[in-house]
Amino acid sequence: MGESENSYAIQMQGVTKRFPGVVANQAVDLSVERGHVHALLGENGAGKSTLMNVLAGLYQQDEGQICIFGEPVNIQSPKDAIELGIGMVHQHFMLVESLTVAENVILGLYPTGLVINERKVKQELRDLADSYHLNVDLDAYIWQLSVGEQQRVEILKLLYRGAKILILDEPTAVLTPQESDQLIDILHKMASEGKTIIFITHKLHEVMDFSDRVSVLRDGEMIDTRVTSQTTKNELAKLMVGREVLFNFQERAHERGDVVLKVENLKALSDKGLPALKGVSLEVRAGEIVAVAGVAGNGQRELAEAITGLRRVQDGRIWIRGVDITKKNPWQVIKAGLSFIPGDRIGRGLVPNLPISDNLVMKVYRKPPISNGPFIDYQRVEGFSERLVDAFNIITPSVKTNARLLSGGNQQKVVLAREIDASSGALVAVNPSRGLDIGATEAVRKTLLEQRDQGAAILLISGELEEVMQLADRIFVIYEGEFMGELDREEAAVEEIGLMMAGEKRERRTDEISQSSGGQ
Amino acid sequence: MSKPSQENWYAKLIDIALPIFATLAALIVGAVMLLLLNVNPIEAYAALWEGAFGSQNALAETLVKATPLLLVGLGICISFRGDVINIGGEGQMIVGAIIGTQVGLRMVDSPGWLVVPLALLAGFAGGALWGGIPGLLKAYFNVNEILSTVMMNAIAVQLMTFLLRGPMIDPAQAELASKIPQTARLMENFRLPRWIPTRLHLGALIAVVLAVLVYILLWRTTWGYRIRSVGQNPDASAYAGIQVKNYIVLALVLSGAFAGLAGVMQVYGVNYRMITDGSGSGFTGRAGFNGIVAALFGQLHPLGTIPASILFGALLVGANKMQRVVQVPSALVIALNGLVVVFVVSSEIWRRKRQRRRLAAEMALQEGAPGESDGSEAAHYGGEVD
Repeated sequence: MGESENSYAIQMQGVTKRFPGVVANQAVDLSVERGHVHALLGENGAGKSTLMNVLAGLYQQDEGQICIFGEPVNIQSPKDAIELGIGMVHQHFMLVESLTVAENVILGLYPTGLVINERKVKQELRDLADSYHLNVDLDAYIWQLSVGEQQRVEILKLLYRGAKILILDEPTAVLTPQESDQLIDILHKMASEGKTIIFITHKLHEVMDFSDRVSVLRDGEMIDTRVTSQTTKNELAKLMVGREVLFNFQERAHERGDVVLKVENLKALSDKGLPALKGVSLEVRAGEIVAVAGVAGNGQRELAEAITGLRRVQDGRIWIRGVDITKKNPWQVIKAGLSFIPGDRIGRGLVPNLPISDNLVMKVYRKPPISNGPFIDYQRVEGFSERLVDAFNIITPSVKTNARLLSGGNQQKVVLAREIDASSGALVAVNPSRGLDIGATEAVRKTLLEQRDQGAAILLISGELEEVMQLADRIFVIYEGEFMGELDREEAAVEEIGLMMAGEKRERRTDEISQSSGGQ
Repeated sequence: MSKPSQENWYAKLIDIALPIFATLAALIVGAVMLLLLNVNPIEAYAALWEGAFGSQNALAETLVKATPLLLVGLGICISFRGDVINIGGEGQMIVGAIIGTQVGLRMVDSPGWLVVPLALLAGFAGGALWGGIPGLLKAYFNVNEILSTVMMNAIAVQLMTFLLRGPMIDPAQAELASKIPQTARLMENFRLPRWIPTRLHLGALIAVVLAVLVYILLWRTTWGYRIRSVGQNPDASAYAGIQVKNYIVLALVLSGAFAGLAGVMQVYGVNYRMITDGSGSGFTGRAGFNGIVAALFGQLHPLGTIPASILFGALLVGANKMQRVVQVPSALVIALNGLVVVFVVSSEIWRRKRQRRRLAAEMALQEGAPGESDGSEAAHYGGEVD
C-alpha cells in the first residue's frame, strides 16, 4: 500500500493497554485522516492519555496494531515515535527552565555532532516559527515565559524535529482565553500545511470550535467517531457521560434542617496563582447532600481546600453553624466541627507508612481518653481502632497493619471511619468513591446516605455524574471556577449537567439563584 | 495465613542482619587493602579486636567513644523520622560545648551539683539553638536543611577557633608561645563521675537512659506521633490539623540539642576543658557525622542506635591499636571507617528498595484477592481477624 493511496495518518486497530488491575484501553480502534484536527473527548480516566501515550511511544500496547501513513509500525520508544513523525505535547511541559528557547530545541537533537551551528539552527527556527505564527523569543529563558509561550516552544520543538503528527494533551487546560485563541490559530495553520493534529480534551466547546472529527472514549472503550459539523454538543455530552445512572438507593424520607455550612462569594487562587474560584456561593443544610459536579480541574480542589483551611481564601466568607471559619487554619476548622474526606486518599487522607490505628486516631489523639497530657495511651488507641474497624467493616489483618497495605476500598473506609467518628454533622467529601470497585463504592455511598439520614450536612464534590445523581439532593455544576447553575436532583437530566460541565450556563435558574443568595 | 507472616519474619531478620553483613563485607574489602600493603589481615583484625574489647580499659575506651555517637545518633533518629536531614551534628556539638563550658568557667564558686546539670542543660540548649536556625529557615523560607546545616558547621568551627584562640583561651596558654587552642581546666568538682581507673564517665549511662526516653518520645507521645506523621506525609498531617512547620522546627531543635549534649559531655566527662587541634574535627572527632551513620545502622531506632554506636566506637578505638601493632598508615584506618560507612549506607538503600518491593508484592496479593468482596477477604484473613 503506497503512501499516496492512504489518506489516513493514523490507524489504530484493537489497541488494548492494561495496567495491573485495570484495563486502560479495551480494543480501541481509531483512524485519523491526514491534515485533520481530530479531537479525543472523554471524562477523566476514560483512557485518552493512555491511548495517546501508546502512540507517542511512552507505553507499548498489549494487543492491537498501529499503522502510520499506512505502514504497520512498532513504536517502542519516544525516539521511534519521533522518527515516524509523531510528537506529543504533554500537560506538563518537558523544558529545562534555566536554558533558552533555542537551547531547549537543540537539546536532545540527535545526531548533533560536536559543534552546534547555533546561528543556522536559530535561523531555521525563526523561519519555522514565522510560518506557523509561533511567536516566541528564541533567546528568552524558559523561566521568563508564560505558560502559553512555553507551550509554543514545545510545539516548535516538535516541528523542528520533523513531526507530521502532533498530539496535544489538554492543551487549553493551562491557558488563558486569549492564549487559547492563539493556539487555535496555530493549530489551524498547521493543519492547513498538512500536519495532522490530535488534541485531548473534555471541553465540548473546544471540540465544536476547532476539530474536524471527534472520537469519544468512555471507560477505556471507543464509543464513536463523528464528523464535528454533523453532531451537537448535546449528543457528544450524552456519548461522553452516557452510562446508565442507577437509582438503586431508597428514596430519602428526611427533613432538611438548619443551614450548617455556608459559603459566600468565595474566591481563591490555584497553585499556579491563577484565579481558580471566582466567587462561588452555596449552602448546605442539615440532612441534605449538596453536590458540586464538574470535570476535574475546574476549581473543585480549591473549593474543598479553601473550606477546610488548607488553602488561602482571597475573598468571601465561610461559616459552619454560624461560626466564621474563613482564614482559619485546618485545626481550627476541625475544632469548628468540619470533617473532610479528601480526594487524594494516599497523598492527603492517610499516612500510608503508619499503622491503621495511627491513621484512625489522627483527629482524636490530642484528647482524653486517647491521650493524657503529652502521652498517648496506646491501649486505648488500639481499642478505639478496633471499634472503628468493626463498625465500618474495614478488612485488615490487624489494626497494626500499615495503611498502605490495604486495598483502596478499605483505605477509604479508614478515612471515612475517622472522619465520620469525629464529625459533628458537617462533612466535605471529594470524589469519595474514585478508584474503588463496585462493592466498596456502594459501601462508601451507603455510609454517606446514612449520615445524611442522621442529619449530617454533606458537601459532595465529585467528578462522577453517576455518584452525583445517586447521592445529591441538590446539584451545583462548576466550570472554570464558577457555578454554571443549580439543579434539584428530580429535575436534573444527565445531558443538561453534561452541557453545564462543558461550560454552558444554565439560564433559566439564574434569577432564582441571585434572589436566594441575595435574600440571605 | 501463616505463610506471609513467616515470610515477613524472615524478611525482618534479613533487615536486622543486613548492617552486620555490610560491616563484614567492608572488613573483607579492607583485608584486601591490608594484603596490598603486605600486612597480614588476620593479625591486623586481631589487633583491632584486642584494641576495642581486649581489656577493661579497651572496653571502657570503646564506650567513651560510643557515647557522643549515641547522643548525636538519638538526635538523628528524631530528625530523620521527621524527614529532616540534619548534617549539622558537628556544629551543634561545638556550640553546645562552647555554651556549656562557659557555665563551668564562669560559675567557679558554685557547687558541682548545681554547675554540672546546668552546664549539661546549657549544652542541650546551645545545640538546640544551632539546630533551630536551619529548622526555622526550612519551615519558613524553604531553605534546604542539608545545605544550611552543613554551612552552620563551618560557622561553628570558625567560631570555636576564634574563641579558643582568643576570648576563651586558657590564660596559661595565652602566656606561652605555643598558644594551644584550649580553655582553662574546669574545677575538679565539676567533672562527671568516672568509673576509676578507666575514663568511662556517667555520660554513657545518661545517653542510654536518654535512648529510652527518645523511644518513648517518638512512639508514646503526641509530639513524637506528630513528628513521625509529618515525616511520613506532611500533606496528610496538615489536613489533620498538625502545624507542620512547628514540627519541622522541633525535629531540628531536638536533633541539635542531643548533639549539643554530646559536645558538652566531651568537656565535662573526657577532657575537662574544651580543646581543639585547630582542624574542623579537632574537637568533635567527627562524632557529628559518625553519629548519623550509627543512627542509620541502628535503623533510626533509638534502642538500635545503642549497639550501633558501640560498634563504631569499637572500630575507632580498635583501629588505633591496629595502627600501632601492624604499622599501617593512619589513612588506612580512615579508609576502613569510610568503607563501613559506604557499605552500610548502600545496604540501607538496598533495604529500602527491598521493602518497597515487598510492599508492592503484598499489595498485589491483596488487590488480587478474588472479587475483593468482604466475604472472601474476611476468609482470606480469617486466622488473624479474631
